[in-house]
Amino acid sequence: MKSLVRVAAGQGFWGDDLDAPRRQVEGGPIDYLMLDYLAEVTMSILQKQKERDPTLGYARDFVGAIESILPALLERGVKVVANAGGVNPRACAEAVRSVAAKRGAKDKLRIGVVTGDDLLARLDDLIAHGHSLSNMETGEPLSSVRSRVLSANAYIGSEPIVEALSRGANIVITGRSTDTALTMAPLRYEFGWSSEAWDQLAAGIVAGHIIECGAQCSGGNCLYDWRSIPDLANVGYPLVEGRPDGSFVVTKHPNTGGRVSIPTVTEQLVYEMGDPHSYITPDVIADFSTINLSDDGKDRVLVSGIKGRPPTDKLKVSVAYRAGFKAIGTLVYSWPDALDKAQLADRILRERLDRMGLRFEKILTEFVGANATHGPLAGDHHDAPEVQLRFGVRGNDKVAVERFTREIAPLVLNGPPTVTGFAGGRPKVEEIVAYWPALIDKTVVKTKVDII
Amino acid sequence: MKVPLVEIAHARSGDKGDTANVGVIALDPRWYEALQKYVTRERVAEHFRGMIEGSVERFELPNLNALNFLLHRALDGGGTLSLKTDAQGKVFSTALLRLVIDVPDAEARRLNLPGAS
Repeated sequence: MKSLVRVAAGQGFWGDDLDAPRRQVEGGPIDYLMLDYLAEVTMSILQKQKERDPTLGYARDFVGAIESILPALLERGVKVVANAGGVNPRACAEAVRSVAAKRGAKDKLRIGVVTGDDLLARLDDLIAHGHSLSNMETGEPLSSVRSRVLSANAYIGSEPIVEALSRGANIVITGRSTDTALTMAPLRYEFGWSSEAWDQLAAGIVAGHIIECGAQCSGGNCLYDWRSIPDLANVGYPLVEGRPDGSFVVTKHPNTGGRVSIPTVTEQLVYEMGDPHSYITPDVIADFSTINLSDDGKDRVLVSGIKGRPPTDKLKVSVAYRAGFKAIGTLVYSWPDALDKAQLADRILRERLDRMGLRFEKILTEFVGANATHGPLAGDHHDAPEVQLRFGVRGNDKVAVERFTREIAPLVLNGPPTVTGFAGGRPKVEEIVAYWPALIDKTVVKTKVDII
Repeated sequence: MKVPLVEIAHARSGDKGDTANVGVIALDPRWYEALQKYVTRERVAEHFRGMIEGSVERFELPNLNALNFLLHRALDGGGTLSLKTDAQGKVFSTALLRLVIDVPDAEARRLNLPGAS
Protein backbone atom coordinates (compact mmCIF):
# COMPACT_ATOMS: atom_id res chain seq x y z
CA MET A 1 0.00 0.00 0.00
CA LYS A 2 1.18 3.49 -0.78
CA SER A 3 1.89 5.75 2.19
CA LEU A 4 0.97 8.92 0.30
CA VAL A 5 -1.50 9.55 -2.53
CA ARG A 6 -1.75 12.86 -4.33
CA VAL A 7 -5.10 13.92 -5.74
CA ALA A 8 -5.08 17.18 -7.69
CA ALA A 9 -8.09 19.29 -8.65
CA GLY A 10 -8.10 20.56 -12.20
CA GLN A 11 -11.62 21.93 -12.64
CA GLY A 12 -14.05 23.49 -10.18
CA PHE A 13 -17.06 23.71 -12.48
CA TRP A 14 -17.92 23.44 -16.18
CA GLY A 15 -16.42 26.63 -17.54
CA ASP A 16 -13.36 26.75 -15.30
CA ASP A 17 -9.83 27.45 -16.59
CA LEU A 18 -9.31 25.19 -19.63
CA ASP A 19 -5.57 24.94 -19.04
CA ALA A 20 -5.73 24.00 -15.35
CA PRO A 21 -5.83 20.21 -15.90
CA ARG A 22 -2.62 20.35 -17.93
CA ARG A 23 -0.88 22.57 -15.38
CA GLN A 24 -1.86 20.18 -12.60
CA VAL A 25 -0.46 17.18 -14.42
CA GLU A 26 2.77 18.85 -15.57
CA GLY A 27 3.49 21.06 -12.57
CA GLY A 28 4.66 18.32 -10.20
CA PRO A 29 4.04 14.75 -9.10
CA ILE A 30 0.39 13.66 -8.77
CA ASP A 31 -1.34 10.28 -8.75
CA TYR A 32 -4.87 11.36 -9.61
CA LEU A 33 -6.42 14.28 -11.43
CA MET A 34 -9.92 15.07 -10.18
CA LEU A 35 -12.21 17.11 -12.41
CA ASP A 36 -15.56 18.40 -11.18
CA TYR A 37 -17.80 19.67 -13.97
CA LEU A 38 -21.29 19.54 -12.50
CA ALA A 39 -23.16 22.29 -10.72
CA GLU A 40 -26.84 22.10 -9.81
CA VAL A 41 -28.10 23.45 -13.14
CA THR A 42 -25.52 21.78 -15.36
CA MET A 43 -27.41 18.49 -15.74
CA SER A 44 -30.42 20.21 -17.28
CA ILE A 45 -28.27 22.07 -19.81
CA LEU A 46 -26.66 18.78 -20.76
CA GLN A 47 -30.07 17.09 -20.98
CA LYS A 48 -31.23 19.78 -23.45
CA GLN A 49 -28.11 19.16 -25.55
CA LYS A 50 -28.76 15.42 -25.53
CA GLU A 51 -32.34 15.98 -26.70
CA ARG A 52 -31.02 17.84 -29.72
CA ASP A 53 -28.24 15.31 -30.40
CA PRO A 54 -28.19 11.90 -28.68
CA THR A 55 -24.38 11.75 -28.93
CA LEU A 56 -24.07 14.81 -26.65
CA GLY A 57 -25.05 15.50 -23.04
CA TYR A 58 -21.62 15.48 -21.39
CA ALA A 59 -19.01 18.15 -20.58
CA ARG A 60 -17.18 18.46 -23.88
CA ASP A 61 -14.35 20.45 -22.29
CA PHE A 62 -13.29 17.17 -20.70
CA VAL A 63 -12.32 15.68 -24.05
CA GLY A 64 -9.99 18.60 -24.71
CA ALA A 65 -8.59 18.28 -21.21
CA ILE A 66 -7.77 14.61 -21.77
CA GLU A 67 -6.15 15.41 -25.10
CA SER A 68 -3.94 18.02 -23.41
CA ILE A 69 -2.72 15.62 -20.74
CA LEU A 70 -2.63 12.36 -22.70
CA PRO A 71 1.19 12.05 -22.87
CA ALA A 72 1.60 12.52 -19.11
CA LEU A 73 -1.30 10.22 -18.47
CA LEU A 74 0.38 7.45 -20.38
CA GLU A 75 4.00 8.07 -19.40
CA ARG A 76 3.51 8.74 -15.69
CA GLY A 77 0.45 6.68 -14.96
CA VAL A 78 -1.65 9.57 -13.71
CA LYS A 79 -5.28 8.50 -13.39
CA VAL A 80 -8.30 10.70 -13.95
CA VAL A 81 -11.63 10.76 -12.10
CA ALA A 82 -14.30 13.10 -13.45
CA ASN A 83 -18.04 13.60 -13.37
CA ALA A 84 -17.80 14.88 -16.94
CA GLY A 85 -20.29 12.24 -18.13
CA GLY A 86 -23.26 14.43 -17.28
CA VAL A 87 -26.38 12.72 -18.64
CA ASN A 88 -24.43 10.67 -21.17
CA PRO A 89 -21.29 9.10 -19.62
CA ARG A 90 -21.06 6.47 -22.34
CA ALA A 91 -20.94 9.06 -25.14
CA CYS A 92 -18.33 10.96 -23.15
CA ALA A 93 -16.20 7.81 -22.93
CA GLU A 94 -16.56 7.23 -26.67
CA ALA A 95 -15.43 10.78 -27.37
CA VAL A 96 -12.39 10.27 -25.13
CA ARG A 97 -11.60 7.00 -26.89
CA SER A 98 -11.72 8.58 -30.30
CA VAL A 99 -9.42 11.42 -29.27
CA ALA A 100 -7.00 8.81 -27.85
CA ALA A 101 -7.26 6.80 -31.06
CA LYS A 102 -6.27 9.90 -33.02
CA ARG A 103 -3.11 10.01 -30.89
CA GLY A 104 -2.50 6.27 -31.30
CA ALA A 105 -3.21 5.64 -27.63
CA LYS A 106 -6.57 3.91 -27.73
CA ASP A 107 -5.29 0.59 -26.42
CA LYS A 108 -3.58 2.17 -23.43
CA LEU A 109 -6.72 3.63 -21.98
CA ARG A 110 -9.07 1.69 -19.76
CA ILE A 111 -12.10 3.86 -19.25
CA GLY A 112 -14.45 3.07 -16.41
CA VAL A 113 -17.97 4.31 -17.09
CA VAL A 114 -20.31 4.70 -14.13
CA THR A 115 -24.04 4.76 -14.86
CA GLY A 116 -27.24 4.26 -12.92
CA ASP A 117 -27.64 7.76 -11.48
CA ASP A 118 -30.01 8.80 -14.27
CA LEU A 119 -33.61 8.33 -13.07
CA LEU A 120 -35.42 10.21 -15.85
CA ALA A 121 -36.72 7.15 -17.69
CA ARG A 122 -37.82 5.58 -14.38
CA LEU A 123 -39.63 8.60 -12.91
CA ASP A 124 -43.23 7.58 -13.57
CA ASP A 125 -42.56 4.09 -12.30
CA LEU A 126 -40.89 5.46 -9.17
CA ILE A 127 -43.77 7.85 -8.49
CA ALA A 128 -46.28 5.01 -9.07
CA HIS A 129 -44.41 2.95 -6.47
CA GLY A 130 -44.82 5.62 -3.84
CA HIS A 131 -41.57 7.56 -4.22
CA SER A 132 -42.99 11.08 -4.06
CA LEU A 133 -39.63 12.80 -4.63
CA SER A 134 -41.01 15.74 -2.68
CA ASN A 135 -39.11 19.00 -2.86
CA MET A 136 -36.76 19.17 0.15
CA GLU A 137 -37.38 22.91 0.53
CA THR A 138 -41.13 23.19 -0.08
CA GLY A 139 -42.46 19.67 0.56
CA GLU A 140 -44.40 19.65 -2.73
CA PRO A 141 -44.58 16.24 -4.47
CA LEU A 142 -42.77 15.94 -7.79
CA SER A 143 -46.03 14.98 -9.49
CA SER A 144 -46.99 18.68 -9.40
CA VAL A 145 -44.30 19.49 -11.99
CA ARG A 146 -43.84 16.05 -13.55
CA SER A 147 -44.76 17.10 -17.09
CA ARG A 148 -42.09 19.80 -17.02
CA VAL A 149 -39.19 17.65 -15.77
CA LEU A 150 -36.05 17.74 -17.94
CA SER A 151 -33.63 15.61 -15.95
CA ALA A 152 -33.51 13.64 -12.71
CA ASN A 153 -30.30 12.23 -11.26
CA ALA A 154 -29.37 10.66 -7.96
CA TYR A 155 -26.14 11.86 -6.36
CA ILE A 156 -24.07 8.70 -6.12
CA GLY A 157 -21.09 8.03 -3.88
CA SER A 158 -17.63 6.50 -4.03
CA GLU A 159 -18.50 2.78 -4.43
CA PRO A 160 -18.73 2.57 -8.23
CA ILE A 161 -15.64 4.75 -8.70
CA VAL A 162 -13.66 2.47 -6.37
CA GLU A 163 -14.96 -0.52 -8.34
CA ALA A 164 -13.85 1.01 -11.65
CA LEU A 165 -10.37 1.71 -10.25
CA SER A 166 -10.08 -1.80 -8.84
CA ARG A 167 -10.96 -3.18 -12.28
CA GLY A 168 -7.99 -1.31 -13.72
CA ALA A 169 -9.55 1.86 -15.09
CA ASN A 170 -7.13 4.73 -15.60
CA ILE A 171 -9.94 7.13 -16.48
CA VAL A 172 -13.22 7.02 -14.58
CA ILE A 173 -16.17 8.92 -15.99
CA THR A 174 -19.33 9.34 -13.95
CA GLY A 175 -22.61 11.14 -14.30
CA ARG A 176 -24.07 12.81 -11.21
CA SER A 177 -21.68 11.53 -8.59
CA THR A 178 -21.15 13.84 -5.65
CA ASP A 179 -18.31 16.30 -6.14
CA THR A 180 -16.63 15.06 -2.98
CA ALA A 181 -16.68 11.36 -4.00
CA LEU A 182 -14.37 12.16 -6.92
CA THR A 183 -11.59 12.89 -4.42
CA MET A 184 -12.54 10.44 -1.69
CA ALA A 185 -12.84 7.40 -3.99
CA PRO A 186 -9.18 7.33 -5.14
CA LEU A 187 -7.99 7.70 -1.52
CA ARG A 188 -10.36 4.95 -0.43
CA TYR A 189 -9.22 2.68 -3.24
CA GLU A 190 -5.50 3.23 -2.68
CA PHE A 191 -5.63 2.90 1.10
CA GLY A 192 -8.19 0.09 1.13
CA TRP A 193 -10.60 1.90 3.46
CA SER A 194 -13.61 -0.27 4.20
CA SER A 195 -17.16 0.94 3.71
CA GLU A 196 -17.35 1.37 7.49
CA ALA A 197 -14.08 3.25 8.03
CA TRP A 198 -16.20 6.25 8.95
CA ASP A 199 -13.42 8.59 10.06
CA GLN A 200 -11.25 7.98 7.02
CA LEU A 201 -14.19 8.21 4.62
CA ALA A 202 -15.23 11.48 6.26
CA ALA A 203 -11.68 12.77 5.92
CA GLY A 204 -11.76 11.92 2.21
CA ILE A 205 -15.02 13.85 1.90
CA VAL A 206 -13.53 16.89 3.63
CA ALA A 207 -10.52 16.68 1.29
CA GLY A 208 -12.99 16.65 -1.60
CA HIS A 209 -14.94 19.60 -0.23
CA ILE A 210 -11.74 21.63 0.08
CA ILE A 211 -10.52 21.08 -3.50
CA GLU A 212 -13.80 20.61 -5.42
CA CYS A 213 -14.01 24.32 -6.23
CA GLY A 214 -10.53 24.42 -7.69
CA ALA A 215 -8.51 27.52 -6.84
CA GLN A 216 -11.14 28.77 -4.42
CA CYS A 217 -9.09 27.14 -1.63
CA SER A 218 -5.69 28.24 -2.94
CA GLY A 219 -6.08 32.00 -3.05
CA GLY A 220 -8.90 32.53 -5.53
CA ASN A 221 -11.91 34.50 -4.25
CA CYS A 222 -10.14 34.77 -0.90
CA LEU A 223 -11.17 37.76 1.20
CA TYR A 224 -8.50 37.30 3.88
CA ASP A 225 -5.59 39.64 3.15
CA TRP A 226 -6.53 39.52 -0.54
CA ARG A 227 -4.15 42.26 -1.67
CA SER A 228 -1.15 40.22 -0.58
CA ILE A 229 -2.04 37.02 -2.45
CA PRO A 230 0.67 36.67 -5.10
CA ASP A 231 0.39 36.07 -8.84
CA LEU A 232 -3.25 35.08 -9.26
CA ALA A 233 -2.63 35.23 -13.02
CA ASN A 234 -0.70 32.01 -12.53
CA VAL A 235 -2.76 30.65 -9.65
CA GLY A 236 -1.85 27.16 -8.51
CA TYR A 237 -4.82 24.79 -8.33
CA PRO A 238 -4.91 22.70 -5.16
CA LEU A 239 -3.92 19.14 -4.48
CA VAL A 240 -4.21 16.94 -1.42
CA GLU A 241 -1.53 14.58 -0.18
CA GLY A 242 -3.60 11.88 1.47
CA ARG A 243 -2.32 9.42 4.07
CA PRO A 244 -3.70 6.03 5.13
CA ASP A 245 -4.98 7.32 8.49
CA GLY A 246 -7.18 9.92 6.75
CA SER A 247 -5.08 12.97 7.54
CA PHE A 248 -3.99 14.99 4.53
CA VAL A 249 -2.09 18.08 3.49
CA VAL A 250 -3.61 20.66 1.17
CA THR A 251 -0.98 22.24 -1.04
CA LYS A 252 -0.24 23.30 -4.62
CA HIS A 253 2.59 22.87 -7.08
CA PRO A 254 5.78 24.93 -6.64
CA ASN A 255 6.29 28.03 -8.79
CA THR A 256 2.60 28.81 -8.98
CA GLY A 257 0.68 31.83 -7.72
CA GLY A 258 -2.02 31.99 -5.11
CA ARG A 259 -1.68 30.78 -1.54
CA VAL A 260 -2.60 27.80 0.60
CA SER A 261 -2.91 28.84 4.24
CA ILE A 262 -5.22 28.26 7.18
CA PRO A 263 -7.38 31.27 6.20
CA THR A 264 -7.68 30.26 2.51
CA VAL A 265 -8.63 26.70 3.48
CA THR A 266 -11.03 27.84 6.21
CA GLU A 267 -12.89 30.11 3.78
CA GLN A 268 -13.42 27.14 1.46
CA LEU A 269 -14.47 24.86 4.34
CA VAL A 270 -17.37 27.16 5.23
CA TYR A 271 -18.40 27.66 1.58
CA GLU A 272 -21.89 26.30 0.86
CA MET A 273 -21.94 24.87 4.37
CA GLY A 274 -25.20 23.76 5.95
CA ASP A 275 -25.21 22.13 9.39
CA PRO A 276 -21.48 21.59 9.92
CA HIS A 277 -22.07 18.67 12.27
CA SER A 278 -23.85 16.72 9.53
CA TYR A 279 -22.31 17.02 6.10
CA ILE A 280 -24.35 14.23 4.52
CA THR A 281 -23.00 12.18 1.63
CA PRO A 282 -23.99 8.76 0.23
CA ASP A 283 -20.95 7.15 1.91
CA VAL A 284 -20.69 8.84 5.29
CA ILE A 285 -21.78 11.82 7.38
CA ALA A 286 -18.79 14.05 8.07
CA ASP A 287 -18.59 16.25 11.15
CA PHE A 288 -16.89 19.53 10.21
CA SER A 289 -16.68 20.53 13.87
CA THR A 290 -13.94 17.91 14.31
CA ILE A 291 -11.61 19.28 11.63
CA ASN A 292 -8.21 20.34 12.89
CA LEU A 293 -6.09 22.64 10.70
CA SER A 294 -2.40 23.27 11.27
CA ASP A 295 0.35 25.06 9.43
CA ASP A 296 2.70 22.62 7.69
CA GLY A 297 5.07 25.10 6.05
CA LYS A 298 4.73 27.45 3.10
CA ASP A 299 1.57 26.78 1.11
CA ARG A 300 0.86 23.64 3.13
CA VAL A 301 -2.01 23.04 5.57
CA LEU A 302 -2.34 19.79 7.48
CA VAL A 303 -5.93 18.63 8.02
CA SER A 304 -6.57 15.96 10.65
CA GLY A 305 -8.84 14.69 13.42
CA ILE A 306 -11.95 14.31 11.26
CA LYS A 307 -14.78 12.15 12.56
CA GLY A 308 -17.50 10.48 10.52
CA ARG A 309 -20.56 8.36 11.15
CA PRO A 310 -22.84 6.08 9.11
CA PRO A 311 -24.85 7.70 6.32
CA THR A 312 -28.63 7.79 5.98
CA ASP A 313 -30.60 5.30 3.86
CA LYS A 314 -31.46 8.00 1.29
CA LEU A 315 -29.75 9.53 -1.69
CA LYS A 316 -30.26 13.10 -2.76
CA VAL A 317 -31.83 13.54 -6.18
CA SER A 318 -31.38 16.57 -8.39
CA VAL A 319 -34.37 17.20 -10.64
CA ALA A 320 -34.41 19.97 -13.24
CA TYR A 321 -37.74 21.26 -14.55
CA ARG A 322 -39.03 24.04 -16.77
CA ALA A 323 -40.28 26.87 -14.57
CA GLY A 324 -41.37 29.73 -16.79
CA PHE A 325 -39.46 32.61 -18.32
CA LYS A 326 -37.45 35.61 -17.24
CA ALA A 327 -35.78 38.66 -18.72
CA ILE A 328 -33.55 41.34 -17.20
CA GLY A 329 -33.03 44.78 -18.73
CA THR A 330 -30.49 47.42 -17.71
CA LEU A 331 -29.86 51.13 -18.27
CA VAL A 332 -27.18 53.36 -16.77
CA TYR A 333 -27.93 56.83 -15.32
CA SER A 334 -25.13 59.30 -14.63
CA TRP A 335 -24.40 61.99 -12.05
CA PRO A 336 -25.92 64.24 -10.85
CA ASP A 337 -28.79 62.53 -9.04
CA ALA A 338 -28.08 59.22 -10.77
CA LEU A 339 -30.01 57.18 -8.21
CA ASP A 340 -33.04 59.51 -8.30
CA LYS A 341 -33.17 59.24 -12.10
CA ALA A 342 -32.93 55.47 -12.03
CA GLN A 343 -35.64 55.30 -9.37
CA LEU A 344 -37.93 57.50 -11.47
CA ALA A 345 -37.30 55.26 -14.51
CA ASP A 346 -38.26 52.26 -12.37
CA ARG A 347 -41.58 53.86 -11.38
CA ILE A 348 -42.34 54.82 -14.99
CA LEU A 349 -41.58 51.31 -16.22
CA ARG A 350 -43.79 49.70 -13.59
CA GLU A 351 -46.65 52.07 -14.45
CA ARG A 352 -46.36 51.29 -18.17
CA LEU A 353 -46.27 47.52 -17.62
CA ASP A 354 -49.26 47.80 -15.34
CA ARG A 355 -51.21 49.89 -17.85
CA MET A 356 -50.51 47.28 -20.54
CA GLY A 357 -52.02 44.69 -18.24
CA LEU A 358 -48.86 42.58 -18.17
CA ARG A 359 -48.81 40.26 -15.17
CA PHE A 360 -45.68 38.67 -13.76
CA GLU A 361 -45.02 36.31 -10.92
CA LYS A 362 -42.23 38.64 -9.83
CA ILE A 363 -40.74 42.01 -10.73
CA LEU A 364 -37.42 42.87 -9.12
CA THR A 365 -35.61 46.18 -9.43
CA GLU A 366 -32.04 46.65 -8.30
CA PHE A 367 -29.89 49.78 -8.48
CA VAL A 368 -26.37 48.58 -9.24
CA GLY A 369 -23.90 50.96 -7.64
CA ALA A 370 -26.30 51.69 -4.81
CA ASN A 371 -28.02 48.65 -3.36
CA ALA A 372 -27.92 45.62 -5.69
CA THR A 373 -25.88 43.37 -3.46
CA HIS A 374 -26.09 44.82 0.05
CA GLY A 375 -29.61 46.23 -0.05
CA PRO A 376 -30.48 48.76 2.64
CA LEU A 377 -27.21 47.97 4.47
CA ALA A 378 -25.31 49.83 1.76
CA GLY A 379 -26.34 53.27 3.05
CA ASP A 380 -26.98 56.41 1.02
CA HIS A 381 -25.78 56.68 -2.58
CA HIS A 382 -27.55 59.74 -3.90
CA ASP A 383 -24.21 61.24 -4.95
CA ALA A 384 -23.05 58.14 -6.88
CA PRO A 385 -21.23 58.90 -10.15
CA GLU A 386 -23.52 56.47 -11.95
CA VAL A 387 -26.19 53.93 -11.16
CA GLN A 388 -27.37 51.03 -13.25
CA LEU A 389 -31.09 50.34 -13.24
CA ARG A 390 -31.47 46.56 -13.37
CA PHE A 391 -35.07 45.54 -13.93
CA GLY A 392 -36.08 41.88 -14.01
CA VAL A 393 -39.38 40.09 -14.58
CA ARG A 394 -40.32 36.43 -14.20
CA GLY A 395 -43.50 34.55 -15.07
CA ASN A 396 -45.13 31.68 -16.92
CA ASP A 397 -46.53 33.92 -19.67
CA LYS A 398 -43.80 34.02 -22.30
CA VAL A 399 -45.66 36.64 -24.36
CA ALA A 400 -45.76 39.02 -21.39
CA VAL A 401 -42.05 38.55 -20.71
CA GLU A 402 -41.30 39.19 -24.41
CA ARG A 403 -43.47 42.30 -24.40
CA PHE A 404 -41.56 43.60 -21.39
CA THR A 405 -38.25 43.39 -23.26
CA ARG A 406 -39.50 46.08 -25.69
CA GLU A 407 -40.17 48.59 -22.91
CA ILE A 408 -36.54 49.28 -21.88
CA ALA A 409 -35.22 51.09 -24.96
CA PRO A 410 -38.03 53.68 -25.20
CA LEU A 411 -36.98 55.03 -21.80
CA VAL A 412 -33.79 56.34 -23.38
CA LEU A 413 -35.77 59.03 -25.21
CA ASN A 414 -38.96 59.25 -23.22
CA GLY A 415 -37.76 58.87 -19.63
CA PRO A 416 -35.43 60.60 -17.17
CA PRO A 417 -32.24 62.28 -18.53
CA THR A 418 -28.54 61.39 -18.81
CA VAL A 419 -29.10 57.75 -19.60
CA THR A 420 -26.77 55.45 -21.48
CA GLY A 421 -25.50 51.88 -21.59
CA PHE A 422 -28.25 50.40 -23.76
CA ALA A 423 -26.00 49.30 -26.63
CA GLY A 424 -26.45 45.64 -25.80
CA GLY A 425 -29.90 45.78 -27.35
CA ARG A 426 -33.16 44.33 -26.16
CA PRO A 427 -33.01 41.99 -23.13
CA LYS A 428 -33.03 38.30 -23.93
CA VAL A 429 -35.94 36.10 -22.82
CA GLU A 430 -34.62 33.04 -21.01
CA GLU A 431 -36.49 29.88 -20.25
CA ILE A 432 -35.97 29.06 -16.58
CA VAL A 433 -34.80 25.55 -15.77
CA ALA A 434 -35.15 25.29 -12.03
CA TYR A 435 -33.65 22.93 -9.50
CA TRP A 436 -35.79 20.56 -7.44
CA PRO A 437 -33.88 18.78 -4.64
CA ALA A 438 -35.44 15.54 -3.37
CA LEU A 439 -34.55 12.33 -1.56
CA ILE A 440 -34.98 8.72 -2.61
CA ASP A 441 -34.40 5.35 -0.95
CA LYS A 442 -30.87 4.17 -1.60
CA THR A 443 -32.02 0.68 -2.50
CA VAL A 444 -33.83 2.01 -5.57
CA VAL A 445 -30.66 3.28 -7.25
CA LYS A 446 -28.43 0.64 -8.83
CA THR A 447 -25.14 1.82 -10.23
CA LYS A 448 -23.23 -0.02 -12.89
CA VAL A 449 -19.60 0.05 -13.98
CA ASP A 450 -18.45 -0.80 -17.48
CA ILE A 451 -14.84 -0.84 -18.59
CA ILE A 452 -14.36 0.07 -22.21
CA MET B 1 -17.19 50.06 22.46
CA LYS B 2 -18.47 49.63 18.90
CA VAL B 3 -16.55 47.02 16.92
CA PRO B 4 -17.14 46.70 13.16
CA LEU B 5 -17.19 43.00 12.34
CA VAL B 6 -15.07 43.68 9.26
CA GLU B 7 -12.15 44.57 11.56
CA ILE B 8 -12.17 41.27 13.44
CA ALA B 9 -13.43 38.70 10.94
CA HIS B 10 -13.33 37.51 7.36
CA ALA B 11 -16.08 35.59 5.62
CA ARG B 12 -17.24 33.56 2.63
CA SER B 13 -20.80 32.94 1.50
CA GLY B 14 -22.58 30.64 -0.91
CA ASP B 15 -25.95 29.07 -1.64
CA LYS B 16 -28.05 25.95 -1.32
CA GLY B 17 -31.22 26.60 -3.29
CA ASP B 18 -32.99 29.62 -1.81
CA THR B 19 -30.77 29.60 1.30
CA ALA B 20 -27.60 31.66 1.57
CA ASN B 21 -24.88 30.56 3.97
CA VAL B 22 -22.31 32.89 5.48
CA GLY B 23 -19.28 31.54 7.28
CA VAL B 24 -17.68 34.19 9.50
CA ILE B 25 -14.12 33.52 10.63
CA ALA B 26 -12.20 35.38 13.36
CA LEU B 27 -9.08 37.14 12.03
CA ASP B 28 -7.33 36.26 15.30
CA PRO B 29 -8.23 33.08 17.22
CA ARG B 30 -8.68 35.14 20.41
CA TRP B 31 -11.48 37.10 18.76
CA TYR B 32 -13.65 34.04 18.17
CA GLU B 33 -14.97 34.58 21.68
CA ALA B 34 -16.33 37.98 20.63
CA LEU B 35 -18.00 36.46 17.56
CA GLN B 36 -19.45 33.64 19.61
CA LYS B 37 -20.84 36.01 22.22
CA TYR B 38 -22.03 39.01 20.21
CA VAL B 39 -22.79 37.83 16.66
CA THR B 40 -25.96 36.11 17.78
CA ARG B 41 -28.70 34.61 15.63
CA GLU B 42 -31.05 37.42 16.72
CA ARG B 43 -28.49 40.14 15.93
CA VAL B 44 -27.91 38.71 12.43
CA ALA B 45 -31.65 38.30 11.75
CA GLU B 46 -32.11 41.97 12.72
CA HIS B 47 -29.17 42.98 10.48
CA PHE B 48 -30.69 41.29 7.42
CA ARG B 49 -34.28 42.39 8.04
CA GLY B 50 -35.79 43.46 4.74
CA MET B 51 -33.14 41.58 2.75
CA ILE B 52 -34.26 38.03 3.51
CA GLU B 53 -37.72 36.53 3.88
CA GLY B 54 -36.98 33.50 6.04
CA SER B 55 -35.38 32.64 9.36
CA VAL B 56 -31.73 32.59 10.42
CA GLU B 57 -29.88 29.58 11.83
CA ARG B 58 -26.48 29.70 13.52
CA PHE B 59 -23.85 26.99 14.03
CA GLU B 60 -20.63 27.24 16.03
CA LEU B 61 -17.30 25.93 14.75
CA PRO B 62 -14.77 26.73 17.51
CA ASN B 63 -12.26 24.42 15.81
CA LEU B 64 -12.18 26.82 12.86
CA ASN B 65 -12.77 29.98 14.94
CA ALA B 66 -15.87 30.37 12.81
CA LEU B 67 -19.65 30.68 12.90
CA ASN B 68 -21.90 29.50 10.10
CA PHE B 69 -25.18 31.26 9.39
CA LEU B 70 -27.98 29.98 7.20
CA LEU B 71 -30.20 32.73 5.82
CA HIS B 72 -33.38 31.12 4.57
CA ARG B 73 -35.44 32.47 1.66
CA ALA B 74 -32.70 34.94 0.90
CA LEU B 75 -32.21 34.54 -2.84
CA ASP B 76 -35.55 35.19 -4.61
CA GLY B 77 -35.98 31.47 -5.20
CA GLY B 78 -32.28 30.88 -5.79
CA GLY B 79 -30.30 29.52 -8.71
CA THR B 80 -31.84 30.08 -12.12
CA LEU B 81 -35.20 31.31 -10.76
CA SER B 82 -33.70 34.32 -9.04
CA LEU B 83 -33.75 37.78 -10.62
CA LYS B 84 -31.09 39.04 -8.22
CA THR B 85 -27.58 40.12 -9.22
CA ASP B 86 -26.34 37.97 -6.36
CA ALA B 87 -28.53 34.97 -7.14
CA GLN B 88 -26.04 32.62 -5.50
CA GLY B 89 -25.45 34.62 -2.35
CA LYS B 90 -21.78 35.13 -3.12
CA VAL B 91 -21.48 38.53 -1.42
CA PHE B 92 -23.73 38.09 1.59
CA SER B 93 -20.33 37.53 3.21
CA THR B 94 -19.37 41.19 3.19
CA ALA B 95 -22.96 42.29 3.82
CA LEU B 96 -22.71 40.49 7.17
CA LEU B 97 -19.30 42.06 7.83
CA ARG B 98 -21.08 45.45 7.84
CA LEU B 99 -22.50 44.47 11.23
CA VAL B 100 -21.21 46.52 14.18
CA ILE B 101 -21.21 44.80 17.56
CA ASP B 102 -21.17 46.32 21.04
CA VAL B 103 -18.45 44.94 23.26
CA PRO B 104 -17.90 46.19 26.85
CA ASP B 105 -14.62 48.17 27.00
CA ALA B 106 -13.00 45.90 29.57
CA GLU B 107 -13.74 42.84 27.48
CA ALA B 108 -12.49 44.49 24.30
CA ARG B 109 -9.20 45.23 26.10
CA ARG B 110 -8.96 41.69 27.44
CA LEU B 111 -9.46 40.26 23.95
CA ASN B 112 -7.10 42.86 22.48
CA LEU B 113 -9.72 43.88 19.88
CA PRO B 114 -8.63 46.50 17.35
CA GLY B 115 -9.19 50.02 18.71
CA ALA B 116 -9.32 48.87 22.36
CA SER B 117 -6.95 50.82 24.57
